[in-house]
Amino acid sequence: MIINQEIFSNKEKAMFALRQLYASHGFSMYRMSKFEEFELYASNMDFLDSGQIITFTDTDGMLMALKPDVTLSIVKNNRHIGNRIIKLYYNENIYRVSPKTHYFKEIMQVGLECLGAVDSACISEVLLLAAESLQVLSDEPKLDVSNLDILTQLLESCSLSRDAEEQITECISSKNAHGLKRVCREVDLGPARAELLNALVTTYGDPEEVIPQLEQAFLETPIFSSEEKSAFAKSIGALREIVEAFREAGLEEMLNIDFSVVGDLKYYNGIIFKGFAAGVPDGVISGGQYDKLMKSMKRTSKAIGFGVYIDSLGKLSKFDGEEVEIK
Amino acid sequence: MTDTKKVKMVNIALPKGRLGDKVYDMFEKAGFECPSIKEKNRKLVFENPDAGVRYFWVKPSDVAIYVERGAADIGVVGKDILMEARSNVYELLDLNVGKCRMAVAGPEGFRYDRDNELRVATKFVNVAREFYAASGTDIDIIHLNGSIELAPILGLSDVIVDLVETGTTLRENHLEVVEEIAKISARLIANKSSFKFKTKQIETITQKLEEIIE
Repeated sequence: MIINQEIFSNKEKAMFALRQLYASHGFSMYRMSKFEEFELYASNMDFLDSGQIITFTDTDGMLMALKPDVTLSIVKNNRHIGNRIIKLYYNENIYRVSPKTHYFKEIMQVGLECLGAVDSACISEVLLLAAESLQVLSDEPKLDVSNLDILTQLLESCSLSRDAEEQITECISSKNAHGLKRVCREVDLGPARAELLNALVTTYGDPEEVIPQLEQAFLETPIFSSEEKSAFAKSIGALREIVEAFREAGLEEMLNIDFSVVGDLKYYNGIIFKGFAAGVPDGVISGGQYDKLMKSMKRTSKAIGFGVYIDSLGKLSKFDGEEVEIK
Repeated sequence: MTDTKKVKMVNIALPKGRLGDKVYDMFEKAGFECPSIKEKNRKLVFENPDAGVRYFWVKPSDVAIYVERGAADIGVVGKDILMEARSNVYELLDLNVGKCRMAVAGPEGFRYDRDNELRVATKFVNVAREFYAASGTDIDIIHLNGSIELAPILGLSDVIVDLVETGTTLRENHLEVVEEIAKISARLIANKSSFKFKTKQIETITQKLEEIIE
């Protein structure tokens, strides 16, 4: 039977297009139950955007939850990874409280995860797939990429209280230079480190301009030891590798470096990114490396992944009356 | 055929009222004038394609919603509203106008003995909850929408969390500031997605406004 494409909604078309994209890159479909033991979320509550979860008691007395997240389930169910890289994609409904309406909402999410011996080639592949996913969804996409290690390492060298670190991270994520200045003044942070934190707010955009500025700011300052400088150089180098991969793929136009992309420092590390589509007010793709989450769940391997928020694409008309093309 | 220049207009939400008038004057001085905005009529949207700007007046407490949801690319809003709504927007500039303080105020000489739950009347429920949670103080929040100063006078609450400009209203009602929570002023905010696609225009507006901030 031939199914007429007209029968699919835009969201369904986007969903199938993304599934086809990931399958064509050797990712396997991962299916899971709608329910998960509540314990999984109780012990990793901060990883979730909201602590509110729909729970119920199963017939055996076990407290269960309607999945608010997919990543935790995938990590939980993949214990013995060894030296390989497990590549999975999913298409699941999750249940979260909408930060806007404060009511529970069923959200359709498509995404992928790589678990195991994640190296720079794997990171680049995931970012390129995020970029191609954005191209599937929008004619005018942008992918903001950051390396969280730069912020983490800089904060470590500042030796601040947890509260001050949170305030600084909040200012960086909202490009709030005046607020950052105030916090630095309140905690009596030296001008050199305050200047570097400020650079994370003011330095963004075209990687060709941003990377040399970062190198100048972080590698030529006298305040760091050579050990610290080589760690910063490594983090900037990781960004450079991604830029190179995008140039080779001819996708460099959509790449921005932007440190306002910040995840929970307890779970995320390294490369972290957010995808935007013109006309959609929120990010439509969100992802990054989460080795710290793996560690907190007693896993020795690394991981990276992203989720596409299909529901946020309501306003996109890219799929109106046209065929979905996948390269 | 005449040449047409395609410009990406920047949609700007301004808060209705005294603060909004002051803020529009700043935009005008910075080179983003829109003369029709000063005409006396019932229009809600005003644009000047030459300057690449489109203004609309909205209720001050709604500005952040318009910006967060992308109906406006940028807007001007009080820090008090941003703190309360925890809006997911970029906060690009402190415009240094509409200045006041968010503070805890109580009857003159008030001291909290910590034996009882502290009753706090406020419009800013989230700000108050967060402020007292940081010091581990149990509070009973009483959400009011106006005339907050009346609550401790009538014994409805022990203290209030509210905006204090000059302190005159407090003094006249035998209340005083117990503790300051934050300094408040008007902020220029931007939608995170709009910022990616209208970067140059938003940067230019921010920069020009920054140059004229007193």
